[in-house]
Amino acid sequence: MTTTLTTPPPGASLTKAHLVTPEAHTVTLRQTVANSLTMAYRGILKIKHNPEQLFDVTLQPIIFTLMFTYIFGGAISGDVKAYLPVIIPGILVQTVITTSIVTGTQLREDMDKGVFDRFKSLPIARISPLAGALTADMVRYLIATTLTVVMGLIMGYRPGGGALGVLGAAVLVIVCSFAISWIWALMGMLASKASTVQGYSMLILFPLTFMSPAFVPVATMPGWMQAFIKVNPISHIIYAVRDLMNYGHIGSEFGWSLFGSAVVVAVFAPLTVKMYMRKA
Amino acid sequence: MNFSAGNTNVPAVEADGLVKMFGQQRAVDGVSLTVPQGSVYGVLGPNGAGKTTTIKMLATLLRPDAGHARIFGYDVVKAPNAVRSLVGVTGQYASVDEDMTATENLIIFSRLLGLSRADSKRRSVELLEEFDLAEAANKPLKNFSGGMRRRLDLAASLIATPPLLFLDEPTTGLDPRTRAQMWETIRRLVREGATVLLTTQYLDEADQLADRIAVIDRGKLVADGTSDELKASVGNSSLHLTLQDRTQIEDARRIVSEALGVEAAITPEAARLTAPMLDTSVTPEILIRLRDNGIAVDEITVQKPSLDEVFLTITGHPADDTADTETDRNVA
Repeated sequence: MTTTLTTPPPGASLTKAHLVTPEAHTVTLRQTVANSLTMAYRGILKIKHNPEQLFDVTLQPIIFTLMFTYIFGGAISGDVKAYLPVIIPGILVQTVITTSIVTGTQLREDMDKGVFDRFKSLPIARISPLAGALTADMVRYLIATTLTVVMGLIMGYRPGGGALGVLGAAVLVIVCSFAISWIWALMGMLASKASTVQGYSMLILFPLTFMSPAFVPVATMPGWMQAFIKVNPISHIIYAVRDLMNYGHIGSEFGWSLFGSAVVVAVFAPLTVKMYMRKA
Repeated sequence: MNFSAGNTNVPAVEADGLVKMFGQQRAVDGVSLTVPQGSVYGVLGPNGAGKTTTIKMLATLLRPDAGHARIFGYDVVKAPNAVRSLVGVTGQYASVDEDMTATENLIIFSRLLGLSRADSKRRSVELLEEFDLAEAANKPLKNFSGGMRRRLDLAASLIATPPLLFLDEPTTGLDPRTRAQMWETIRRLVREGATVLLTTQYLDEADQLADRIAVIDRGKLVADGTSDELKASVGNSSLHLTLQDRTQIEDARRIVSEALGVEAAITPEAARLTAPMLDTSVTPEILIRLRDNGIAVDEITVQKPSLDEVFLTITGHPADDTADTETDRNVA
């Protein structure tokens, strides 16, 4: 088409190669990764503009760690110092996994916004807004993990596993939280409101994180509860994290945690993606 | 900006019998239309007529339940990504990110379209300047006015200079000044070679911008033609007359009917008189005759057909059942 331009073309600075051409209408894996990373960047920008979003990941680790350690410390382990190796790994798992709920609620809120219509109208990988959101949430896990560990250190916790053990535990917790966040993402897709997602996910996570060895020795609990704790996947993560932080040891619990995470992703990721593509 | 689409013989939009069902309701019921390249096509209709749903199907946001549509020859269902790379969509509700600044919005959309970091920045600056948003570039969108939001939305649709633009009610809810600015922007885009399909509730908007207008009602296209053709089918202007003393209404009717050569109608309240007008230049003559007969006039207006009248004429029922005062607006 020949056009007469009255003003210098502003798009003239772009070379042809930068513009999407109709011929390039199949989305490559490379484009999918690039689109997802841009979406993750968007997620991080959103955190930057609404720092109050981070209240839960910043305040919860600080308050819970302080509160539970001083409330239960004396009763359970005789003194606070002896209780720290028990509670810090436990509370780390509880806090970071609880943080993953936000993935579902935010995804729901985000999908209801007008900007999602634009994403749908762009020649991009359909999955990228979802993948980007899940990736950006890793930042939240990292903040919650760091704060919990730092709180522990301030209160006098000296992890026997050393820096490497702590680092390994942090990676494990973040990987498990990422896996679990797929469940909330699916709930976000199915629920009509963000508050519904919040409600249901708390209802699921609360018993799972508390009926665990996180705070109190399992031996003191009734038999039926011990049986539940034994099959509770969260327990395995807690044992694995304790092994790593206190002894620098990677055992079967570590393997089970990763295996469980893989199963969750294998089951929920395809379901979530399928639901997402239907709506997107 | 250079909107180029390659082959100029293919129509920009070719829709054939598009249908979209929402439950039992046929939101779009067999819409067929053709938009040649380089033209502005206006889709005119009241709220809920199926305008947005039609655009959403053409822009691959909704899958048609029946019928076909091709954008520059690419099927919207079979080659959605090719279509997406050729169209820019500006929705009725600004589809930009509220949480971010204008620059960040444009950079993210640019990056998604495959522009490099440096090019994204450059393009964002260009567009913000072009749309008079440079000063607000780094302010959060929460502080933006409706007009600024629409302009940003349109800017975001133009990042990759798509050859076809879908503008869904681009001026609904804007004040008259901002509306005029938006019209000017649309005209400029067309001068630069873009093809535009716009929807509107306002006859004057379609009249001002569109080369061809389709009237859509309850999911069906009920009329299609140039602005003049459409108006001719509706009739010309109409005269509305209100008297100070309503007992003189019969005399007034006789005078008006004689002057215009058609039968004038008295409203049920018997306070007003209306008559279709082929030639508005007889208005002073009517006023003189009324004065000579001692009939005092409270109000006299000569109006071009309103959307309501267009609808009444074409569809045989009022434009909208939902209370939308905007549809009562007269053609300026």
